[in-house]
Amino acid sequence: MAFLTDIKRARGMGSAKSGTEHHWQMVVSSVALLVLIPLFVFTVGPMIGAPYEDVVAHFERPFPAIVTGLTIVVGFLHFKGGVQTLIEDYVHGMARKVWIIAMICLSYAAIGTGLFALVRLAL
Amino acid sequence: MVQLTLPKNSRITIGKTWPKPEGAKNVRKFQIYRWNPDDGKNPQVDTYYVDLDTCGPMVLDALIKIKNEIDPTLTFRRSCREGICGSCAMNIDGINTLACIYGMDEIKGDVKIYPLPHMPVVKDLIPDLTHFYAQHASIMPWLETKTNTPAKEWRQSVEDREKLDGLYECVMCACCSTSCPSYWWNGDRYLGPAALLHAYRWIIDSRDEATGERLDDLEDPFKLYRCHTIMNCAKTCPKGLNPAKAIGSIKKMMVERHV
Repeated sequence: MAFLTDIKRARGMGSAKSGTEHHWQMVVSSVALLVLIPLFVFTVGPMIGAPYEDVVAHFERPFPAIVTGLTIVVGFLHFKGGVQTLIEDYVHGMARKVWIIAMICLSYAAIGTGLFALVRLAL
Repeated sequence: MVQLTLPKNSRITIGKTWPKPEGAKNVRKFQIYRWNPDDGKNPQVDTYYVDLDTCGPMVLDALIKIKNEIDPTLTFRRSCREGICGSCAMNIDGINTLACIYGMDEIKGDVKIYPLPHMPVVKDLIPDLTHFYAQHASIMPWLETKTNTPAKEWRQSVEDREKLDGLYECVMCACCSTSCPSYWWNGDRYLGPAALLHAYRWIIDSRDEATGERLDDLEDPFKLYRCHTIMNCAKTCPKGLNPAKAIGSIKKMMVERHV
């Protein structure tokens, strides 16, 4: 119980002076994925079920490798921003911070793992 | 985590069924949420039967008839009875609206009436809107100027005045904010559609000189950016306004300042 006035509760700690940067990054990465996802599906999709040598040869070509690399990086950066918003929506208190840190680590780990696998294939 | 189930003392039970009016031929069944903070009981849904032949067409007419003729303890807010004051906002047939302008003929089957969702209840159909009003006050809903007040009036062109259409009509009934899931989960920090619509109304007022300060105050992951364009606000607004569009316009202005 705290004797706070209504306006004190409503104003809280004031504006964080941030949020637009995150919003704009999500918009930009959405537009990028709008282009990258179809490219990824059409360049990598036909390789599903193909022999190992064919897949390696495919990823040795610059266009499929670059499209795959960009999709991994932009996709997981978009995931990082989106899942942070999701956590901020539904999780409160200390758990919010813990989940956000965990998901950021997971996103960067996924980017690192994806790029490592791509480099192994392409080089 | 957000609370997805009602606490034990808020779970709704079956309440009293009031007798049907004698001799009435055109009867409508009403199921109405009841909760009295003084009796220590859980909320309950009471059943009433209203003779429509002796009742006005709106849901509020039926509520007033129930209070006057059947159960004087039924508690709800009402004032203007024509959709201007916003007092009689409640959840009718699953949608937040004003009881005074919502016709009973728009509802199929029984009429189910609950208070506005996810707000503390004062009694029966009356929600506690203290925080909602304080959030409205926090966006400074008045003209902010630094120039000396002109001798006659602050002038505004017809075109600039038209920009306020679709915004100034808001009656602060809270139907939109209480229909918004983001407001349900983070209403302590998220300003909600109503307050943000009012904020935009003052941001784009050509006479207001605090545009930058107003945008500064809103630039926050919770105050503004909890809006995910779910659109419940626009769907439920009894005045036909579109708070989601106003919020989108604020976000556009924020981006314009950055990019």
